[in-house]
Order: sequence, then structure tokens, then C-alpha cells
Amino acid sequence: MKQAICLYLHVHQPFRIKHYTIFEVGEDHQYFNDGTPNADINNEFIIKKVSEKSYIPANKALKHLIDKHPEFKFSISISGCLIEQLEKWAPEALQSFKDVVDTGRVEIVDETYHHSLAFFYSRAEFEAQVAMHRKKIQEVFGQTPQVFRNTELSYNNDLAYWADKAGYKGIITEGWDPILGWRSPNFMYRPTYTNNIKLMLKNYRLSDDVAFRFGDKGWAEWPLTAEKFVHWMGAAMDNAQTFNLFMDYETFGEHQWEDTGIFEFLKAVPELWLNSRQDRTFMTLSEAIDTFDPQDTIDIPQTVTWADTERDLSAWLGNNMQQQAITALYGLQDQIMASGDWQLIEDWRKLQISDHFYYMCTKWFNDGDIHAYFSPYETPYEAFTNFMNAWHDLKFRLLEKGIEV
Amino acid sequence: MKVLMLGWELPPHYTGGMGVICLQLCRALAKNDVDIEFVLPFTAEFPNINFMKVNPALPQGVDEVLYNTGGSTYDNQLFTYIEKDGQKRGVKMHEHIDNYVKYVSNLVSYGEYDIIHAHDWLTFRAGLAAKQISGKPLFLHVHATEYDRCGGNSNGNPLIKDIEYVGFHMADRIIAISQRVKDTIVREYDIDPSKIEIVHNAMEFEYHEINEYASTYKYLEYMKSKGYKVVLNCGRLTIQKGLVNLMMAAKEVVEKRPKTLFVFVGGGEQYNELVQLSANLGIAKNVIMVGYLNGTGKAWRDAYRAADLFVMPSVSEPFGIAPIEAITYGAPVLISKQSGISEVLKNCFKVDFWDVHEMANQIYSIIEYPGIKETMYQNSSNELRNITWAKSANKLMKVYKNHAVGVGA
Repeated sequence: MKQAICLYLHVHQPFRIKHYTIFEVGEDHQYFNDGTPNADINNEFIIKKVSEKSYIPANKALKHLIDKHPEFKFSISISGCLIEQLEKWAPEALQSFKDVVDTGRVEIVDETYHHSLAFFYSRAEFEAQVAMHRKKIQEVFGQTPQVFRNTELSYNNDLAYWADKAGYKGIITEGWDPILGWRSPNFMYRPTYTNNIKLMLKNYRLSDDVAFRFGDKGWAEWPLTAEKFVHWMGAAMDNAQTFNLFMDYETFGEHQWEDTGIFEFLKAVPELWLNSRQDRTFMTLSEAIDTFDPQDTIDIPQTVTWADTERDLSAWLGNNMQQQAITALYGLQDQIMASGDWQLIEDWRKLQISDHFYYMCTKWFNDGDIHAYFSPYETPYEAFTNFMNAWHDLKFRLLEKGIEV
Repeated sequence: MKVLMLGWELPPHYTGGMGVICLQLCRALAKNDVDIEFVLPFTAEFPNINFMKVNPALPQGVDEVLYNTGGSTYDNQLFTYIEKDGQKRGVKMHEHIDNYVKYVSNLVSYGEYDIIHAHDWLTFRAGLAAKQISGKPLFLHVHATEYDRCGGNSNGNPLIKDIEYVGFHMADRIIAISQRVKDTIVREYDIDPSKIEIVHNAMEFEYHEINEYASTYKYLEYMKSKGYKVVLNCGRLTIQKGLVNLMMAAKEVVEKRPKTLFVFVGGGEQYNELVQLSANLGIAKNVIMVGYLNGTGKAWRDAYRAADLFVMPSVSEPFGIAPIEAITYGAPVLISKQSGISEVLKNCFKVDFWDVHEMANQIYSIIEYPGIKETMYQNSSNELRNITWAKSANKLMKVYKNHAVGVGA
């Protein structure tokens, strides 16, 4: 049986909150429309920049691979928030995604429309956002997703149980060692308490070699060549069904800049992989799931994610500010829904985007490692303040409608 | 290594933060086996200082020099000489500086020192004289320039500026307490940046001082139990501190959140103006003017403990030690971006001193929203453990060693 690379790329951009003070509350209900030229909180500017640096050239490179190698395939997930912003500010970038999907060799993976942590706070809201996403994908790409990923690859047994009942054939998460034990991420698994769904786990070593370390000149393996990378996979051939390379789409051109040679690498790996042996191929997630049987069941009662060394939700919910902010937000759910005001509901949902809570994280900020602190705001406290002020405005809008909060 | 340290104040006898900084810096240097002789302009007992020698600069024929606290201008009779025959005589600042210079000149004529280290303009002339006589390297430690003291405009006392100008040019090395001060020296005094080393201040408090809590401010505690929040400023009430902007921000906060008290601890020439302003803005009942307090006393520390937030809105602050004091005693801080401490402290709010609106927005966030005060306070408190005198002293030791050729530490 052939061994496959399962390349899965995640693409998302949040609606960043502008500098929104207490004096805007009750006056200005637009939270996401910063218009400062070249500012990192200017969503239009960011979308155009990332489209130009990453999405368009990466899609071009991927399209080229598809045209050249009949066996080359991959999977993507694309958040509703990003599709919306591309429609508005970078239709040519959205078209470039459609062009690769239209080849029939790209599978789209389901998630929440708003890239939220709703699963952990409100099942009804979570299901509504998944349905929204499904609908959007059908409209824009004409596909119905069959595999599910939750925000930041967050995962636990409950989520697998839900996805199984919801009819997904597969679900993906991080292949984190404490969960796997002696087992390898390069095989198909089944979540405990489920009967049909299959679980695929990210090979974080190989994935992060590309996503995080590729351009790092201080890394012992730098420069990472296609030869070296394919050789590493070859060394694990006896112990693998699939090599699950899961990473952010922005790895290509944004996290790793063009001058690191990332696009050449992207082009060279498939060529080398496919030509080196007859039994090597690429598969979408669904194909891998249809091809391979589960080797074991995996039990994950606690929540894991693909983020930082802890692989948990602490980057989003680790401190007091983050917990207070998210609790306050979901605390408005009943009143927001009762309002029946679509704009209000949508603004509330946009405030659920997980990035808002990530910007409030203090754990790296404290270490003095500014580079690890990836945020458009100067401090986590500023991020929190903008968020809470916007939250107060939501409350104001409810009160204005005569809804008690 | 033997260092002749020239300073103007040391706690508990002092008028500002510079004395505290000199004391803590010298203590950290002494731990690096530096033998320090500290010359002060007045006679006083220092039972807690055993790591260095402290000398009063006594003019000939004078037994004791007293420092008359409370005076604020240079022309007052700030010093009293008690002469050998018991006669008392009031002396103005400049006359005493002349005598301080003579005393130090005399000292270096007989004693052996490896380095002369002078703190701010009051001791610069003595430092220059000592360098001339002994040929030893002169370090000028700059806590503030005259440019900073007059609120960042080009006025200020021309005599003081001249002393600074000559001193900076003649010195072997300049130690600035922040990037901000370094930039000022380069820009306003035409000094080559490579001559200036930045050694940030730190602040270390005795832990027994922290555990003595029983608040001085019963009223504030009572109001807090009724849902009030307390926003504090401690320091001199003077233009440089930017308090008019804080008062304007207070008005905006009180409009949004009436249960907020703004407490001002300190005295100064803006006292009446600030009281008047609070009344004109219609927030007099939200403003509490505590008045002057001794900066080493319990009432001073308790003010920080009572506060939900400490604000330092300075127009120009070479460093600003008060925020560190605030964090040590229990309050998160909001500081102006125009302060030296904003170069080192991260877990706090920072605002341009003129941005009243944003200042109000940040104050409101801290006192109104749950979660932020605890998170910011805890993180800033952790951060402080890394801002130590040991680090600053190490940096200074390296510079010392470069200049004191052939001298072991």
C-alpha cells in the first residue's frame, strides 16, 4: 500500500478590534474598521498585504504543483472571517483559492465560521457557527466538508463524540507525545467512545520544521533542503501510513518570507517525494481516512491544541483578563439571540474570534521575548481594554432595545 | 577599587528620590568589593550604613553643617553652619557649593582614589576639581538635567546649565539613568553618544516594611467597601509632573464612573492651582489632596496600598522611581511614555502625557473591568524581581574597570 503525505493548510485572519475607548461606547458601533494607513489593526491593510505576500503566490505555487503532478493533493480549512474579508478587500486572492479548489484535488475541512472557542462555552452557538461555515463553503467553493477541525486544533473526547454524531468521517488534532505515548502520529486512529469517525494527528516535528524553523539560521538543521526533508520521511517509512503535515497557510510567504526559499522548497518536496519511489503519493484527509484502518483508540479527556509548549488553551484562557472577557461575552448570549438583530448577533460573534483572547495573553510578554508576542497591540492590557469597551457597547445596544442585561 | 562618591543627599535625610538611588547603588557596588567614600554636604547620623564611609563636607572652622529642609529655591539660606565657637550662621546654596568643592579638593590631595563619581550638577564642580588635582577618571551620574527640571523647554537656570555643559565635556564617562536622559544629553549638550552609558535605576525595599499593614486611610478603605475605586498620584505638585492632565482625565473618568476617588499625595507650587482646577471641573468631591508626606513614612506607603491604580502622568521624567514603589506596595501603574521607566517596565499602561482621553480610557479600564488589575499587578510584580541593583551595579562595574586601568576590583 502506498504511503502518503497529507498536507493540510489552515488559513485564517481575524477581524482585529480598532483602538476603541470607553468614550466610543454608545456612540460608535463599528469595532473592526480601523482606517489608519499601514497599521497592524487595519484589517483591510493586513488582508491586502497577506494576500499579496502569501495567498496569491502560494496558490500559484500549489496550482503549479497540481498541474505538474497528477498525484499531488492537499487539504485546507479557511475561516468564514477570512472569506468575508477576502470578498471585500482581495477578491483576486479569493479567486486564487477557488482556482486551486476547482481542480478537484483540494479538500476543504470544516470548522467554526468565526474561528471561535464556542465549543467550550456554548454548544448551541458552536453548532450554529459550524452550520454557517458549512453553508459558506458550499456557496463559495461548492464543496461539502467531511472532516472537522476545531479552532487551533483544540480537541478532546467530547468534541470527537460530537463530530461522530454530526456525521463527519474524520477529525484532526495535534500529535502530542503525552497523548500518543509510544505510538506514532503517522497512523490512523479512532477516538474513544466513537464508532465511525477516524482521528488523524499532526506530525508536529516535521510540520514545525517547515512552519517554524525553516528560515531560522540558528537551527542546527538550517538550511532545510527538500532532499533532507524527504530523507527524514524516508527514514520513518517502515513506521508510517501517512505523514501528516499540518500548518498555517501563511507559512508560505508570511511566517517564512519568500527570501528564505520557502516557495522553492514547497515546489521541490512533491517532485522529489513522488519521483524517488513508486509507493509514495499524496492524499487528502478524506482519502487517507477511506484508505487506512485505525490502528488503536486514542483517549483525550483533557483539551489539547497545537499551540506552544503547553499544547493547551492557556494562550487564550490562561489569565484572569482572558477568563473574565470570554465569560462576559458568552454571558450575553441569551439576550443577544433574543434581540433578533442580525448585525448585533454578528458583532457578538466577531468578538468570539479566538485571536482577541490570544492578544490578551501575558505569558510571553512577561518573559521579555517580544518576538514571541504576536499581537497588533502594544500590550495585552490594551487588547483587553479595547475588547471590554466593545463588550460594553454590545450591552448598550441591548439596553437601547429594551433588553435587560 | 576605591571610589570617591560625591552626592547631595542620602536617606533618611533627603529631599527626593536621588538619595535613595545613591544609597541602593552604593550598597550594590559595595557587594562587588568597591570601597566607597561618600561625601555629603551636611552632617548627619547614618546608623544603617555600614558598607561605606560617609563624610560631611565641613568647611574650615565649622563643626557641623545642618540642612534646612523645606526650602525649595536655591537662594534660600539652605544650610546652617555651627562654627567651632558655637556661633550659628545661615549659608546660601552657592556659598556652600564653593566650600564643598574646597573640601573635596583637599580630600583628593591627601587620599588615593581610583575613580571619582559625582551625582548631578550640585557636585559636578567638586568632581571636576578632584579630577584636575588627582588626574583620576571622573564619572558623572545624571539623574536629571536642568533641561528635564524645567519641564523640557529650553529655559532653566543658565548657571546650572553651564556647570552641566562643562562637566559633560570634561568628564571621562557619563552615566545616564535612562535612554531618555542620554538622548537629552546628546541633543541639548552636544555630547558624543558613545561617551554615555545607560545604567537603569532599580528599587529594592526591605520586606519587613511591606508586612506592617494597618491602613492610615480609614476613609479610603470605607469608601472602597462602598464600591469606590482609588486612583493615586504621589510626588511633587509641579509642572513637570503633568498633573493638570491627570485632573482633566479625572473629570472624564468621574463622568463615566462617579464612584472614583483621585488622591494626590505631595506638596508643591501647583497645590492651589490643582485644587482650583478640581473645583472648576466640578469634581472637587472626587479629589482628595493629602498634602506633603515624608517619603520614607508609613502614610506614604499606605497610600500605595490603598490605591487601585497609581498614575504617573509626567511631562518629562528622567526615570521615575514612584511606579516601582507603587508596584512594591501593591498597586498596578499607568505611566507616561515620556518617562525613563517606560523603557524598562512592560506590564503597565503607557500613555502620552498629553493624551487626556486615552489616559481616562486606561484608568477606567483598570478600575472598572474585572481581571485586569490582578493580572497586570501580578505580572508587574514578577517583572520587578528582574529589575535589580545587582544587574545595574554589574554594568557599572564593567565601565569602572575599563577606566581604572591596572586596578583590581
